[in-house]
Amino acid sequence: MNAAVLQPVEQALIQKIRVKDLNFYYGKFQALKSINLDIPERKVTAFIGPSGCGKSTLLRTFNRMYALYPNQEAQGEILLDGENILGPGQDLNRLRAKVGMVFQKPTPFPMSIHDNIAFGVRLYESLPPREMEERVEWALRKAALWDEVKGKLRQSGTSLSGGQQQRLCIARAIAVRPEVLLLDEPASALDPISTGRIEELVHELKADYTIVIVTHNMQQAARVSDYTAYMYLGDLVEFGVTDELFIKPKKKETEDYITGRFG
Amino acid sequence: MASEHLSKQYDTDLETLRSGVLQMGGLVEAQIRAAIDAFSSGNQELIDQVIANEPRVNGCEVSIDNDCSHIIVKRQPAASDLRLIMAISKTVTDLERIGDEAEKIARMSRQIHERGHADLHRFATIRHAADIAVSMLRQALDAFARLDTTEAAGIIRQDVAIDTEFRSILRQLITFMMEDPRTISTALEIVWIAKAIERIGDHAKNIAEDVIYIVKGTDVRHTAVDVVEREALG
Repeated sequence: MNAAVLQPVEQALIQKIRVKDLNFYYGKFQALKSINLDIPERKVTAFIGPSGCGKSTLLRTFNRMYALYPNQEAQGEILLDGENILGPGQDLNRLRAKVGMVFQKPTPFPMSIHDNIAFGVRLYESLPPREMEERVEWALRKAALWDEVKGKLRQSGTSLSGGQQQRLCIARAIAVRPEVLLLDEPASALDPISTGRIEELVHELKADYTIVIVTHNMQQAARVSDYTAYMYLGDLVEFGVTDELFIKPKKKETEDYITGRFG
Repeated sequence: MASEHLSKQYDTDLETLRSGVLQMGGLVEAQIRAAIDAFSSGNQELIDQVIANEPRVNGCEVSIDNDCSHIIVKRQPAASDLRLIMAISKTVTDLERIGDEAEKIARMSRQIHERGHADLHRFATIRHAADIAVSMLRQALDAFARLDTTEAAGIIRQDVAIDTEFRSILRQLITFMMEDPRTISTALEIVWIAKAIERIGDHAKNIAEDVIYIVKGTDVRHTAVDVVEREALG
């Protein structure tokens, strides 16, 4: 793979995350092969590719989510603001506060809407009640959920619709004021209207956060992201400005995948 | 663009679209030929036929554009498929306008021949310009069918030649009008015909530019000919 081709086009961007020669193993199986990639700050970067290509694996290295499981190992460097998060002294709690994550299926905790948000905040900060209320409202407003739930904050988070639950999870992730938001197929279990709301939300959130999104839906990647990476069998095949990649991809493999000729 | 889509129906839909463009191109080419023949011969039947066929050309444009919309809605095309559909939608607009020019030539020819005193042999250069325009259109359609950027680049260069022909015809006609004011009405109609032929060349050039866009992904409109050639051949 020619590393020079895979650098982002605009040089003036601040690179929030720099992935350098990253290899990842599930036991003996190598899931990521010498990945080199820069994630620009306050932009949306999408990872696309067929199942098993390594896109979710790559996403999960950014907050070391893989460390929860045995026999999974990352080699290489991932620099978050210049600091190697794969280094031995890395505080995982601090890392995950800085790099929030939202999963494919909405995962509200079995507690009230209010406590879903407050729970994460309490892990990292000790806020007086009034400030906590403000933080909960702020996060719900940021996640475009406040108007729908402001009258029922004490109701269970699980009573919300799927789309609302997913926005609750996004609110929970941003309540601890992360800098990076990782979204692993955040809308794949949602109906088109809820999906539209999530996409709109991603667009609004990128003013404050660096967002990385994994999606199977290529049109979604084309709609929401500024940069797109196409991955296949653990390789980063092509990375570039989303509009260019979807109109005039440089690699034939990318072209075949995005035009539905992949088989 | 060689390999097939996972969806065979998608391939079929795109192929239908491409052959529709070529059929429309064939119809339009026949229209110009008939219009120029009618201009030379004054054959009323031919004139009526060109005018009567014009709505068929319009119908092709509407139908192909409609098919483009359906594919966009159903398939959300990307990369070369997207470029192909965008280019087809523009190409059929150009073909429809060529059809309009053919009709215009037929109508002008009727007026010239009804007036009855034009010595059309003096305007053989019109026929020559028309031959270049028809050849450009045929090559543009060939380039589209085979996605041949080399041929497309050649057409763009030929457009310069047809523009030169047009200016030469105009100079000739101005001379005739100054020599004999009785020819002014006819000469003005011939100017319209020459302009129509020149426009046909422009539309053929647009189609050639669309072919380069499909294949290379580069928009070469409003670009110098040598830059276009570099892009097309590179």
